[in-house]
Amino acid sequence: MTILGFLIPLALVCGLSGLFFFFWAMRTGQFEDLDGAANRILLDEDGPQ
Amino acid sequence: MNAITPTEPRSEAAAPLADSRFTVPGMRCAGCIGKIERGLAEVPGVASARVNFSARRVAVSHDPALDAEAIMEEIRKLGFEVERAADNPLARDDAETKRLMRALAVAGFGMMNIMLFSVSIWSGADVVTREMFHWISALIAVPVVAYSGRPFFTSALMALRYRRTNMDVPISIGVILATAMSLYETVTGGAHAYFDGAVMLLFFLLAGRALDAMMRGRARSGIAALLGRMGRGAQVIDETGAARYVEAERLAPGMLMLVAAGEALAADGTVVDGRTTIDASMLTGESDPRPAGPGDLVHAGMINLGDPVRVTVTAAAQDTAIADIARLMDEAGQSRSRYVRVADRAARLYAPAVHTLAFLSFCGWMVAGAGVYKALTIATAVLIITCPCALGLAVPAAQVVAAGALMRRGLLIKDGSALERLAEADQVLLDKTGTLTLGEPRPTNLQVLTPQGRAIALGLAQSSRHPLSRGLARALRESGVEPAAIEGVCETAGTGMRGTLDGVEVALLRPELETGGLAADLLIGGFRTRLAFADPLRPDVKPTLAALEAQGLPVAIASGDRFEAVAAVSRELGLFGMAAMRPADKLALLERRAAAGHRVLMVGDGLNDGPALAGAHVSIAPGGASDVSQQAADAVFVGERMMPIALAVKVARATMRVVRENFALAVLYNLAAVPLAIMGFVTPLVAAIAMSGSSLLVVGNSLRLARAAGKEEAA
Repeated sequence: MTILGFLIPLALVCGLSGLFFFFWAMRTGQFEDLDGAANRILLDEDGPQ
Repeated sequence: MNAITPTEPRSEAAAPLADSRFTVPGMRCAGCIGKIERGLAEVPGVASARVNFSARRVAVSHDPALDAEAIMEEIRKLGFEVERAADNPLARDDAETKRLMRALAVAGFGMMNIMLFSVSIWSGADVVTREMFHWISALIAVPVVAYSGRPFFTSALMALRYRRTNMDVPISIGVILATAMSLYETVTGGAHAYFDGAVMLLFFLLAGRALDAMMRGRARSGIAALLGRMGRGAQVIDETGAARYVEAERLAPGMLMLVAAGEALAADGTVVDGRTTIDASMLTGESDPRPAGPGDLVHAGMINLGDPVRVTVTAAAQDTAIADIARLMDEAGQSRSRYVRVADRAARLYAPAVHTLAFLSFCGWMVAGAGVYKALTIATAVLIITCPCALGLAVPAAQVVAAGALMRRGLLIKDGSALERLAEADQVLLDKTGTLTLGEPRPTNLQVLTPQGRAIALGLAQSSRHPLSRGLARALRESGVEPAAIEGVCETAGTGMRGTLDGVEVALLRPELETGGLAADLLIGGFRTRLAFADPLRPDVKPTLAALEAQGLPVAIASGDRFEAVAAVSRELGLFGMAAMRPADKLALLERRAAAGHRVLMVGDGLNDGPALAGAHVSIAPGGASDVSQQAADAVFVGERMMPIALAVKVARATMRVVRENFALAVLYNLAAVPLAIMGFVTPLVAAIAMSGSSLLVVGNSLRLARAAGKEEAA
């Protein structure tokens, strides 16, 4: 059962990193335009860059 | 704000850039995104343009010297309909949504990790492992409950402070009691901890709250916008004949104002000298500019389209007609805020029932001699089982699905309460100008022009903002005309547009002789063509009216326009019409009908409809309406078709039907589960299964709306 001492913290760290990743994504506006990203891939490269 | 912006502002733009946002409902594909972004980037003064396809919005970062109206004109030239969007989309509502999303994420994290331990406990962990897992669960659950539960705790506290109860009171008591009981259980080494139940409850309820918040539109700030329409000041002529600038608040009755062409009046008054035409559309909703001469009354907010005139001030600042409208809107909006959401109405019955039930089971087990500990455990189980998880999630889920379906059909609903009120409407009042009609003059005899004449007309008209020019440009663009490249186009206010094409002088002018009705003359060389204009009815007025009648909603017209104009339309459509109504008359009419027990759906666009829109049980404004009307209304439909109004009523009613089904499902679930809880059979495992099962059931039921709306779309 000593493996639990390793696995439980690992599970928590994984969960926490997911949570922080979500916070980061929200803060940087990754969810602002979900449909747009799907369409932009179809635009030609000589775009407004 | 948006990290994935590929178009960095150009470095040469040293001055701080202004940001404007526009709604472009016509975007459908990747091509449109490219067309708008590239097209706008080529406009001088625009640093960058970024399309948000999901919201059908364009954010333009531009030179402050370039005004929003000019950018809108550029977007129109690219072939898209455009409306101005909220200036500040990152307002309070958005912050609220983000806070709820964060709380939801934290609750989701807690729920999954605690469930990890709970499952091993349920599958029979031995005492030492179980106690350790309980401790770890407690370490996760307590901070999570403290963080994610805040939206509920604060709202419950607020309600209790005013000696009321809402949905959040039983939720808060249930969650806090469950957490406290589980902590006690953990410390004393007991077998049953409800950490997973408490956190799961928060997760489901937060999901409902987040959905509700995502749907809510911007807060209503119509009043400030309304007064912004008034002229900020005026040139006042004193006894010596010298003119000086006086701010609007300092104007006083008796002063003599000099109003230049294109200026908005800053006070009410009487014309004493000069003749001109006045655009009164913001007060009356009437699109025809009307002539004004000595002795005529003019109001603040009207725009002088023609020649300079002198006006004696009769009422200024807070006494003007427009300030009256602002006051009326303010008062009218207060009746709306008394509306109680359907979920809160349910909670008024639900919360006392649940509390009584939990309290009675506590008393019952005490009487039966079970001891405080056991009785409290059972009371907690009752509270957790009865927590209105399904209700809190079911109503917003149904409303979000419905709002999404309506948005695809061209109607933007501002919040869930609007849908609820829309479903209750039993009468419709329509404004005429801009609602039944398009609200802008369109040419009626384009066929008299040659193809070349049309190209010239578009070339001239697209550079002007005069209502006739705009209507002409729009009609020509819709029929696929390409503008002719006219050189040296210049506009003379009150006269028209002039330019040259291949050395030939061309012009679009006001007719020299008044002929009655709206008209413009197109001059090519020496050849003059008369174009007549009229404000046409929307293309699908009749089917929409039929659809509304079919749903049992009698329709009437309430217009500020002249009697004859209203009579013509009401005769054509077979509707009861009321004409020459002032804003206060419309509001009084609504109040009379409300007093008679009717719930009126008001559809209107002009500023003069503002109070009525704010005061009606529910209201819709067309996308072309003034900013104030759009803010006062519960929903906005875009485009020229008005069918979305009838559709909105239909979808709102379907939504309420689903919400009622969800309530019935929740009641059934409680009827089955509560006796088990009272008898003490509910363990944390049973609670977890019951809770997620019932939530899935109501959410699934709500999602059926999307399928129903989808079928509608296909048909």
